[in-house]
Amino acid sequence: MKFVDEYRESESVRRLARALARRTTRPWTLMEVCGGQTHAFLKFGLDALLPKEIELIHGPGCPVCVTPVEAIDRALDLAARADVIFCSFGDMLRVPGSERDLLAVKAAGGDVRMVYAPLDAVRLARDNLTKQVIFFAVGFETTTPATALAVLTAARQGIENFSLLTAHVLVPPALESLLASPNCRVQGFLAAGHVCAVVGYREYEPIARRNRVPIVVTGFEPLDLLQGVYRCVNQLEEGRFEVENSYGRVVLPDGNPSARAMVDEVFGAVPQRWRGMGEIPASGLALRPRYAAFDAARRFRATEPRTEPESPCIAGLILQGIEKPRDCPAFGRECTPEHPLGAPMVSSEGVCAAYYRYRRLERSGQGAKG
Amino acid sequence: MTVHESTWTCPVPRVPDLIQMGHGGGGWLTHRLLERIFRPAFGNPLLDAQHDGAILERGSSRLAFTTDSFVVRPLFFPGGDIGTLAVNGTVNDLAMCGARPLCLSAAFILEEGLPLETLQRIAESMRRAAATAGVVIVTGDTKVVERGRGDGMYITTTGIGTIEHSRTIAPSSVRPGDVVLLSGDIGRHSMAILAVRGELSFETTLLSDCASVAEPALALLAAGIDVHCLRDPTRGGLATTLLEIAQTAGVHIHLDERSVPVDEEVRAACELLGLDPLYIANEGRFVCFVPEAQAERAVGILRAHAVSANACRIGEVRADASGALTATGILGTERVLDMLSGEQLPRIC
Repeated sequence: MKFVDEYRESESVRRLARALARRTTRPWTLMEVCGGQTHAFLKFGLDALLPKEIELIHGPGCPVCVTPVEAIDRALDLAARADVIFCSFGDMLRVPGSERDLLAVKAAGGDVRMVYAPLDAVRLARDNLTKQVIFFAVGFETTTPATALAVLTAARQGIENFSLLTAHVLVPPALESLLASPNCRVQGFLAAGHVCAVVGYREYEPIARRNRVPIVVTGFEPLDLLQGVYRCVNQLEEGRFEVENSYGRVVLPDGNPSARAMVDEVFGAVPQRWRGMGEIPASGLALRPRYAAFDAARRFRATEPRTEPESPCIAGLILQGIEKPRDCPAFGRECTPEHPLGAPMVSSEGVCAAYYRYRRLERSGQGAKG
Repeated sequence: MTVHESTWTCPVPRVPDLIQMGHGGGGWLTHRLLERIFRPAFGNPLLDAQHDGAILERGSSRLAFTTDSFVVRPLFFPGGDIGTLAVNGTVNDLAMCGARPLCLSAAFILEEGLPLETLQRIAESMRRAAATAGVVIVTGDTKVVERGRGDGMYITTTGIGTIEHSRTIAPSSVRPGDVVLLSGDIGRHSMAILAVRGELSFETTLLSDCASVAEPALALLAAGIDVHCLRDPTRGGLATTLLEIAQTAGVHIHLDERSVPVDEEVRAACELLGLDPLYIANEGRFVCFVPEAQAERAVGILRAHAVSANACRIGEVRADASGALTATGILGTERVLDMLSGEQLPRIC
């Protein structure tokens, strides 16, 4: 497979791992921001190739994991309505709200559809004029342009039965929030390559400078990830704190200007609650007033938020990289992918699910590296 | 700007009390249904063997008995249709018991409004599939449900086969030191179906691998290969199948992911959709556990048949009783492979 296999080639990866081991003289703690990167590290067993001085902390970059429970409860309420076709990315279907998940709503008769692209939801709206079609707009900067395009398309075609339940989140404010925490141990970041493909990396430059952390824009294949780690460690060893682009085949400094313009046309930044991290200023997106007609929260009356039940889940600490999944008393016991207590155990990008799938046996001492 | 520690909770979802799509996915939810409902209700030694079919002993003769329902959408797909699936699926389940497939029943649930021409085409492809597999369809049933109450057509086939050897072909016969063989590349059926469902727009020339594997499976036995276990990796895919065997047999199966053949087009489509080829369905493949000393000869026998011409060795059975499945990945490092929970859901980004 072109553009994939060359970045998975075993000998190149091992050669880079050896170079990294030679370059590393001291312990360093790095955070890979994106859940896709976390899974790739564990799936390919790349963590086993890192020098023991390097500790990886897994970041909050899993859109499913950080979507607040009240947004999911809202989604469940809307999806259960008889006049609604509720559209969601597949990942979101099994994430528990305070009582159930979207698959359970579907089983109970709700019209819940999995879509790949927000435009599919617009098409559904056009084909089902007697129904209200709601798209559950979640995700980081990677998915926002597609959502914006859906809104613009619906506006242009005058499709009035389409609306969004928005829970989009933005990466840079979350990084700042993490860095501001007194418990933060992160010394360098591997920034999420696909987020940067959309928004570029200019916004990271002041964050790197102010907080004295290197930020390396990193891809998702084994060679990309190791190269990201290498460049981050190299900066730390040299005492540099810069933004570097290690994913040049995909990312430009200013990202994708037309995608950014589209997002900017449709959305403005607002404070946003993150599951596990609380409210972070300017870290979410809301429809601008001229597109407010597409806001499902306005179109349908809000329901009372439910209180969250007690749980041993420490998702908040894990999403901030303060604790590892294995530190959670519920991990692999009460909490498994089949019976998740928290979102990180549900999503294909969730860090707990990654540890459960790829590293579970290490609890009983059968693994190579702890 | 700080984080609010008071908000660090995650809710406990209630266990849903309704059937969800994932209950039919062959993964963990399906297993839970078996454990909580069907085995307590029906439990008996034959069912508890947890094989693809039951082995019935009458005097000195042994029969294999199995059943399967087919609910595929769309009814016709590249490389087959619901009829070929219904015949080959049950034929293969018999073959995986080490039996020679003898005869099938076919029960049809038809939706009001289904064109007769569609039914005719499917009956014809069932006839052809049965002839190829050497079985006859000897009994059947037809029911009709109202329009909107079924996806055109559902088929249930039940099959009987004769066991013409004295081996116990079952997970319980798997031994440390056994070698795992795979009859060909994986993932074609799932990807061919996904491509024509129309919900995900991607184009491919892939054909389903839907076929009878009885011939190569029986050839192994006829050649005197000491076959310990046979299993076709249908829903849930290769990983789920191997994990089930590891758990039932109480052994550790180790897979070399680099040796599992996956067609370039299947791999690319999986990569794009965020699916793992190890967890998607096949309808014309099987895995086979044989002693190390006979592995090479067994591969040779399999390769002599068109349907298993790309057979190869993919793993081994290790001594520890962990019931685990592990894999060496492309970088030479190891990981754990787990059972799918519910359906495999494509990821967001």
